[in-house]
Amino acid sequence: MSRTILIVDDEPNIVISLEFLMKREGFAVSVAVDGEEALRKIAEIQPDLVLLDIMMPKKSGFEVCQEIRANPAWASIKIVMLTAKGRDTEVQKGMALGADAYVTKPFSTKDLVAKVRSVLGLDNTA
Amino acid sequence: MNARVRYLIALVVLGLLITGPFLLTVALLLAEISQAEGQALGDLLLPRLPIGVMMTVLGFAIGVALLRGLFNQYVQGLLRMAELMRLMLGANRNFRVALEGPPEVQLLGKAINELAQQRDDLLSDVESQIRRANTSLEEEKNRLAALMSELTQSVVVCNLDGRILLYNNRARMQFRAFSQDAGGATGSGALLGLGRSIFSVFDRNLIAHALESLQTRLATADSQPSTHFVTATFAGQLIRVQVAPVLSATTGDGDQDAGDESSPRSIGGYVLMLDNITRAVESETKRDELLQNLTEGSRAALANIRAAVETLLEYPDIEPGQRVRFLRIIGDEVLIMGQRLDKTLESHADAMKARWPLEEMLGADLIAAAQRRIEGKFGLAVKIDELDADLWIKVDSFSLLQAISYLAGRLQEAFDIRLLRFRLVLAGRLAHLDMVWTGAAISTETLHGWESEPMNLSGENSPLTLRDIMDRHGGELWFKRESATQVAYFRLLIPAAARQDAVEPATLWRGESRPEYYDFDLFKRRDQDHALDDRRLTDLTYTVFDTETTGLQPSQGDEIIQFGAVRIVNGRMLRGESFEQLVDPRRKMSAESISIHGIRQKMVDGQPVIGKILPQFHRFCEDTVLVAHNASFDMRFLQLKEEATGIHFTQPVLDTLLLSAVIHPNQQSHKLELIAERLGIPIVGRHTALGDAIVTGEVYLRMIPLLNDMGIHTLGEALAAAQKTYYARVQY
Repeated sequence: MSRTILIVDDEPNIVISLEFLMKREGFAVSVAVDGEEALRKIAEIQPDLVLLDIMMPKKSGFEVCQEIRANPAWASIKIVMLTAKGRDTEVQKGMALGADAYVTKPFSTKDLVAKVRSVLGLDNTA
Repeated sequence: MNARVRYLIALVVLGLLITGPFLLTVALLLAEISQAEGQALGDLLLPRLPIGVMMTVLGFAIGVALLRGLFNQYVQGLLRMAELMRLMLGANRNFRVALEGPPEVQLLGKAINELAQQRDDLLSDVESQIRRANTSLEEEKNRLAALMSELTQSVVVCNLDGRILLYNNRARMQFRAFSQDAGGATGSGALLGLGRSIFSVFDRNLIAHALESLQTRLATADSQPSTHFVTATFAGQLIRVQVAPVLSATTGDGDQDAGDESSPRSIGGYVLMLDNITRAVESETKRDELLQNLTEGSRAALANIRAAVETLLEYPDIEPGQRVRFLRIIGDEVLIMGQRLDKTLESHADAMKARWPLEEMLGADLIAAAQRRIEGKFGLAVKIDELDADLWIKVDSFSLLQAISYLAGRLQEAFDIRLLRFRLVLAGRLAHLDMVWTGAAISTETLHGWESEPMNLSGENSPLTLRDIMDRHGGELWFKRESATQVAYFRLLIPAAARQDAVEPATLWRGESRPEYYDFDLFKRRDQDHALDDRRLTDLTYTVFDTETTGLQPSQGDEIIQFGAVRIVNGRMLRGESFEQLVDPRRKMSAESISIHGIRQKMVDGQPVIGKILPQFHRFCEDTVLVAHNASFDMRFLQLKEEATGIHFTQPVLDTLLLSAVIHPNQQSHKLELIAERLGIPIVGRHTALGDAIVTGEVYLRMIPLLNDMGIHTLGEALAAAQKTYYARVQY
């Protein structure tokens, strides 16, 4: 069964790449461009993993992350946070709020794919 | 025993001495011899008795004369001398005992005179020493005050009660800025004043905490105990305050805090040094923002590019449509990054500049220094063509002067120029400093050489190059020549500084020859010493005020149109700390009142209303005794506003009209002009509120000694005496 990934980012230029990448990795991909849409889509499709940007209009990634973790039904959803902020404090906050991994922009696509796979427990046996 | 009584006793004794032995002998003879012998003796003596009596009377007279002379010379003479000595002791120090009478008395008089002379010499020596010490003390105080007023840092000195006893001009301007920010209408400087409480500006706890930590440091024998805190004013200005203790000079002040005697160094007050760091913090914040913009903003764009590039590389089989999409991402993002860089550079140009500590200075000062230096060093004539007198620049004056003088020297060496002219003008955020001369052009190579070699020329030895110095200032330097006129110049582009707060000499000195910025006598004062009523009139702090009004009937709707007030601290009127404010009465003024105070409708229209001014005035009067002429009139106006504004003037009020009636109960009139005339005070600027307040203050100051003569020393006594006068019963 192919895993579903929800990409949440307000920047189309990164969404194009991420979408392409994840599809090529064999995931089913869905996209949301702000926090509110993200929560709607999560409720709708119950993704296995959310690639979550922090700086977004309407609802920040931190808030989305918190709301996901507040809902027991979504406990199995993995969260990988993407951020342009490289500060330790923010990494700590993201992890404290329940993210499974934290990736700082700019990232290597390979590393990102590897991280997504490891969070999903897929190892490297694609 | 009285001298005269003793004289009479002496006479009696003399009489007895002269007649006694004869009478005694006769009595003894009569007792011993027989009756016949007695008869014979009687016959023998009786006829000769008159001669004997005469001889006795004569002897007695001679004795009396002798006694009298002695008495006059030795007793009366010494008594006179004692009286004169008493005179010398008190009323007339210069009096000397006249040398008369017998030699012994004269010797005594001479010795007394010598003693008196010695005492006078000693006294006048002590006096002159005291005078000298006082003069030098006064000089020192003035020097300190002058020094303080020159400091670019704000300095305020307080005693332990938080009363201000010294402040400098910078502090005054800064505090005025606070009060304006806090919604004040005009610069009344209400917050800062001698004897005022510092706690109206800073939270009491902040100061208390700072003092506590100072105490701790003192206890651990820190050699330079000082501490600091940062606080925000009402208007959000950030102030960094450094606190240093003023240590008591001696521990001999036994009447105060006797409990602290054990500690060798006790704090008698403290010095606050204030820095407005708002701007520094702002620029720091700006720098942060800039950094964040550049890093975080770039991260996202870089991420987009990297992801696209890596995808392209990773998946060569990508279909052409997709490939174009990725390439477009890269193109877009690179463009955006470029634009972002441009934008940040533009809006944060100041923050990007080198962090070399540049100081702000008046451009004219730099040019004057350069002129002196070049003329002194190279004997090159220097003229100033054009100079923006108000232009402040932000430079490292030492290195920039070096650079200018180096350039001048090089010019003289290479072109043998005779005259160098300066121009300094403002151009936007920058200043143009031009060094102008007439003569040949400089080749680009030459200038390049000058710019990039370390500056070594006739004593100017610096490892730095001209370029280094211009870089340090974030500036530029170029050469230009107009071939038609042969006028050539170097242009140095240097940063201009934000305009400085101008010093207003008029408000600083206000006709007084010495600054009223300090009063060290306040050090000794402790608030808790006495209740206000028991305080001596000379020790109190007063606000002397006057108002101008639209008319005389407050209850009929007449309003205040002007406040004028001045403070008296420790018997000195502080004209520099005055309050003057027009008020919009929100009603038409009558022609007759205009003829009195000369304030026209136009002048008050648009001024703040009473509701706005009263709180400020209240703050100005805080912790002082109010003084006014015919105070009940002014107080009535203030009281009628109590309900509307919620401002109550509860402090004691002294009325110079009533006090005049106390001092001169038999005078017909107690009008301010007439009192001033009686007390010898020249009247200037009457019938402005401030002018009248000042006259009232002068009058009051002269009244204090007169009241003291009448046994009225304390505020309570003065208030009671005023209450008893006839005028006090007349109410408005």
